[in-house]
Amino acid sequence: MSPAARSTRPRAAAGGDATAEHQRLVDFYRRMLLIRRFEERTARAYTQAHIGGYCHLNLGEEAAIVGLLTALEPTDYLFTNYREHGYAVDRGIDPNRVMAELYGRTDGVSKGWGGSMHMFDTAHRLLGGYGIVGGQVPLATGAALAIEYRGGREIVMCTMGDGTTNIGAFHESLNLAALWHLPIVYVIINNRLGMGTTVEASSAEPELFRRGAAYRMASARVDGLDPVAVAAATEIAVASARDGEPYLLEVVSERLRGHSVVDPAKYRTEAEVADLRAHDPVPALAARLVAAGVLSDEQLEEMDRAALRIVEEAAQFAEASASPDVSTLFDYTYATPVDNVGARYPGDPLFPPAPRPEEVES
Amino acid sequence: MAIMTYRQALHDTLRDEMLRDERVFLLGEEIGVFEGSYKITAGLLEEFGPRRVRDTPIAEEGFTGAAIGAAMLGLRPVVEIMTINFSLLALDQIVNHAAKIYGMFGGQASVPLVIRTPGGGGQQLGATHSQNVELYYAFVPGLKVVAPSTPADARALLQAAIRDDDPVLFLENLALYNTKGEVPDDLPPAPIGRARVTRQGRDLTLVGYSRTAHVAAQVADQLAASEGLDIEVVDLMSLRPLDRATIVASVRKTHAAVVLEDDWLTYGIGAEVAATISDGAFDDLDAPVRRVAMAEVPLPYAKPLETAALPSTDDVIAAVYQTLDAVGRRHVKVGHD
Repeated sequence: MSPAARSTRPRAAAGGDATAEHQRLVDFYRRMLLIRRFEERTARAYTQAHIGGYCHLNLGEEAAIVGLLTALEPTDYLFTNYREHGYAVDRGIDPNRVMAELYGRTDGVSKGWGGSMHMFDTAHRLLGGYGIVGGQVPLATGAALAIEYRGGREIVMCTMGDGTTNIGAFHESLNLAALWHLPIVYVIINNRLGMGTTVEASSAEPELFRRGAAYRMASARVDGLDPVAVAAATEIAVASARDGEPYLLEVVSERLRGHSVVDPAKYRTEAEVADLRAHDPVPALAARLVAAGVLSDEQLEEMDRAALRIVEEAAQFAEASASPDVSTLFDYTYATPVDNVGARYPGDPLFPPAPRPEEVES
Repeated sequence: MAIMTYRQALHDTLRDEMLRDERVFLLGEEIGVFEGSYKITAGLLEEFGPRRVRDTPIAEEGFTGAAIGAAMLGLRPVVEIMTINFSLLALDQIVNHAAKIYGMFGGQASVPLVIRTPGGGGQQLGATHSQNVELYYAFVPGLKVVAPSTPADARALLQAAIRDDDPVLFLENLALYNTKGEVPDDLPPAPIGRARVTRQGRDLTLVGYSRTAHVAAQVADQLAASEGLDIEVVDLMSLRPLDRATIVASVRKTHAAVVLEDDWLTYGIGAEVAATISDGAFDDLDAPVRRVAMAEVPLPYAKPLETAALPSTDDVIAAVYQTLDAVGRRHVKVGHD
């Protein structure tokens, strides 16, 4: 990443209401802190084997998430990838239900059918978590097509990682959205690593926002460690989309830990890790709020305790929630019931077994 | 009641469904200005405009995925993929997304999507344009796959597919577009997931779908006339769900079966039908189940090679004779040896 992008700072609230701006920062901090504590609690539950499968955390992405989602209206749609717990929580979904999904329980947002990578909530218009890199990009494009078809004023936000920009579906989708003037913001969360492969090693144009040019799509890059800068950049992107012109926003972010909980990230040098910690967006915003005299250390601690209470309650809620009954295994194969669907458990025969010979004789 | 081609039945049904339901729209390559590679959508752009008849770039993954996303928001897109060969470019969107979204999110979003696409070989189109890979989709829970063989079934199943809340792969066939049949004016949607016995018989069951259902009927008629054989024909109509009960009931009556398929033999549709018969009619079976399928090669261009690779009527007749020989109760007026 270029030093210029790193040094991006929020625009001063020129002549604006300093108190309102401070309250906004406090709100950002509270939300970022909740994501941070939620993901740390998630990592703990994973290492305690309460959570199965893959588990990708948003640690380091908090400022990006909060800045992005601030710019959305409740009626807008959000499609994300498999690193989405923080998006679900910040979108306003009850953390209890997000954690219950991680635990695979019936109270989970996807009723235990999705897990970490597949969070979905119709009410909050989070239309998935998707586990296949790039899979959500055509889907989000189609959601924007549906909005355009109906003449609605909602927009779609579609987030993805830096690695996704090399997938064919990314290019096909951006082309369609630009051709058809769809109300969508594509967001690249560039944390500079696709698993362990750097952007430079995988992308011939490592300044990823420039790929919008191939589709004559407006695009920008923003410092993802600064929630205010992200929110400001997202507002521009969202306004464009609402006017029927898609937008590509690159948010330069960080991944504080490995690709997933189990990845020790040995491909990173000690210097890199030290640099990451120095740029951690959560303590950075705390320091800024203290330096500006907005929050005291005591208030920071109280906010932290509140966040910890929420995530602890979420873990307890998840633990107490029931696992799905095995009798529900065939409940969600088809939305429209159909004959001959074959709801069989692995040991079941296709047809009733023939009677045993002694039964035939008797 | 009208006599019409399979092509006309598809066209009229698309038009009627678009008139009936504002949520129904079409998208695909060359369906608008060009009026469709096989002219199924002729005239529809003019009538409905580009909002509802949407020409797409050559981007199967992108526009199929976009149709899935539009379906998630409640529209009812009908995608045309020019041939089933090209659907492989959209495989991730169909298999990993369309088929998964309803279940993976606990039933919160359905995908009322239809993908229309023709299979078929035999026109010297070479290896990449002559495949019949409907099996790839029939393999996947969450998808429904229908394969009508007649204009009436095409209409009834396309109506059902468009009104269904699940993703439906609607298999057409290049060789069927010009075939004709009666289509009742007030034909209701056909239930997906049911096969039909299209010809009653006692000596042997021929199983087919799409184009091969015609081959089966033709062979049955021919052998009835030439040898007095009484062959039953089962038209699968739906590949997922598969109507196993109808197949098994037929074989319990005839005690022998030959399965016709346009795909490759190994792991094919016929393998599933044969396994079904083994499970459901083992004690009733008097001979092994035979399958007649495409030779297991990338289909060559040169005509003699192509012809040799594709299942012919003679191949089916030979399989019927051999099966009846194995049964040991063949009662043929004229020998074939």
